[in-house]
Amino acid sequence: MGTSTANHDTTAPAGARGGGLLRKSPPTGASGPFKDPPVVIEPTTFWSALELREMWLHRELLYFLVWRDVKVRYRQALFGITWVVLQPLTMALVFTFVFARIGRIPTNDVPYPLFAYAGLMLWTFFAGAIATTGNSLVGNAHLVTKVYFPRLLLPVATVAARLIDLGVVLVILVGLMLYYRVGLTAHLLAAPIPILLITFLALGVGLWMSAVNVKYRDIGIAIPLLMQLWMFASPVVYGLGSVPKGLQRAFSLNPMVGIIEGFRASLFGTDFDWPSMLISAGFTVLLLIYGTYAFQRRQRTFADII
Amino acid sequence: MPSIITVERLSKLYHIGASNPHGGTLRESVRDFARNPLASLMKMAERGREELWSLKDVSFEVGQGEIVGLIGSNGAGKSTLLKILSRITEPTTGRVRLYGRVGSLLEVGTGFHPELTGRENIFLNGAILGMRRQEIERKFDEIIAFSEIERFIDTAVKYYSSGMYMRLAFAIAAHLETEILIVDEVLAVGDADFQKKCLGKMGEVTNEGRTVLFVSHNMNAVRALCGRVIWLDKGEIVKAGETEQVVLNYLQKGAAPTLEHVWDDPMTAPGNEKVRLRSARVRLPEQGRSQPIFVNTPFQIEFEFWNYLPGAVLNFTMHLYTQGAPVFSTASEVKPRPGGLLREVVSVPANFLNDELYSVTIQVVQDTTETLYLHPEVLTFEVQDVARPGDNWFGKWPGVIRPNLAWVSQDVAKGGAAWVQMIRPSQSS
Repeated sequence: MGTSTANHDTTAPAGARGGGLLRKSPPTGASGPFKDPPVVIEPTTFWSALELREMWLHRELLYFLVWRDVKVRYRQALFGITWVVLQPLTMALVFTFVFARIGRIPTNDVPYPLFAYAGLMLWTFFAGAIATTGNSLVGNAHLVTKVYFPRLLLPVATVAARLIDLGVVLVILVGLMLYYRVGLTAHLLAAPIPILLITFLALGVGLWMSAVNVKYRDIGIAIPLLMQLWMFASPVVYGLGSVPKGLQRAFSLNPMVGIIEGFRASLFGTDFDWPSMLISAGFTVLLLIYGTYAFQRRQRTFADII
Repeated sequence: MPSIITVERLSKLYHIGASNPHGGTLRESVRDFARNPLASLMKMAERGREELWSLKDVSFEVGQGEIVGLIGSNGAGKSTLLKILSRITEPTTGRVRLYGRVGSLLEVGTGFHPELTGRENIFLNGAILGMRRQEIERKFDEIIAFSEIERFIDTAVKYYSSGMYMRLAFAIAAHLETEILIVDEVLAVGDADFQKKCLGKMGEVTNEGRTVLFVSHNMNAVRALCGRVIWLDKGEIVKAGETEQVVLNYLQKGAAPTLEHVWDDPMTAPGNEKVRLRSARVRLPEQGRSQPIFVNTPFQIEFEFWNYLPGAVLNFTMHLYTQGAPVFSTASEVKPRPGGLLREVVSVPANFLNDELYSVTIQVVQDTTETLYLHPEVLTFEVQDVARPGDNWFGKWPGVIRPNLAWVSQDVAKGGAAWVQMIRPSQSS
């Protein structure tokens, strides 16, 4: 080691940091590398791989990953916003015309376009978040194979970036509510609950999908079809009131029922159906845990097989 | 000197020979199982048997402030070691202890987004490399100055030339302030001046007390930078110690000849979305693989590649090295090439090279300026000396080449020193 070409000039002058004359700044963590405990790399067990501390240390990277996605999407501001808003809005229009012809949907006196838009905006967020999260590892393969960071950041950042989109479509919702002169009630205070639930539900499903997608690339092809079916099995363009009374409880086993109906109840001041919201909350927790488990179990091999 | 990196009995096992290296599709897995459950299970069991120890029981320590070189032929396990140290992949057994943050430059420009500007990419790439935001802000001006692209800093990087792109990418990487820096062959790209600047920057890095692990095929760079060298082969340390000693040993018997390399699957072939190498081989006049190349054997070097840029003006440059030093470079014609699978062949005449071990580096260049792809040491071959009938001297001819040039003997008394007609060297001796 005595042959090292380095000058062991670690004792930089005290004024080095402030002195503009010196180009070299002392290494960060000027306390020296030996104060901190070492980073130990060894085969991990499942729980040691959860890396919550690492996630926290990399919170700035999380911010930049979200920032990247948002920045690229809204590069051309008008185009970006239009694109995000167009999907739920046109869908709401289409269904308005369809149901105007084939029969009325019970909406508790809420104008149907508004009623449908509220459901569709949540659904678009949900489907979009699952699709992009499911692709977040494969789509960032160049990062996964070249740098270290907690892999969980990728799906989390993707869902977070989608939340920005949700914020944009919310503005349109507010506009629609003003247009239709919908009075606000105290129920609005509960609106964050369904949004929180749908976000974590999307994350749970997305986590599982992203991990499986690394091994089985064709899962991405099957998903849109399943999502389409799931949409029609959920009260997106219709309400729980359209379902026969006797079937409503069974129908509510779909976690989307509690979420979408809960969101509408908070917006339009109708009654909350707490049992179905509890079911949604239970499913969300279970799927989040399972998704994290599936992700962690596979994440050690991502870089090797991606 | 305290060690900042301690590697203890590190091993990494890869399962190879799976039917599809990319993991296959769910459809295939389900179909195989449905058709023949037993065979499918047996295949899975078999998959476990095709194992490759990419690293076997590797242990070493690196002291603070050292620059340690990592050398070895392709597939020696260098990349695997770097990936484990960078925490990209996990070891199968063994342990590493690192005292300090690790910055790894397995490639530069990781995570650059083409739609974002240079300024935005500095922040994004910096964060990906593990820099803190404040740190990036503090170094921002320095990074831009180092990259020499001030004027284009607010332009989307998709409009950058590859040279500008590399400059910016390296400038960010060079300003990483981690205690440990892991560098993989990133110096292979860029023009000579910029390379020099980067090498200078790396030397500077250790003056600040930081530790560098440096992988390179360029023995001159290793010699210039590293105080100590670890030579890996087939996943094991062959020799570790003082640079000159290990490099000499490596050059003498390290690199085994590779006369052919074929990548059948464009997905796994080396290259990028512009060009990919399909094969590289040394061709002899008679198609016997086992035949040695003698100093008087003419031979050809052939490259096949997929060109994904139909109509692009491309040319190939072959760099020949021996003992880590350049012998010569030769370039093919500069002209537009069609897309698809193409072949380039270069002929090396007889009686030109010496009896040495040579390595071939191939470079694909667009518009005579932009390096699309560079593959170091794609081939290595050994040239053998011929029996020299009637020659009583058996020593080694000095020099990296041994051309057979025209010599004429004249009797000075018989006339003036006239211009001697050149005679092509004969093929036989």
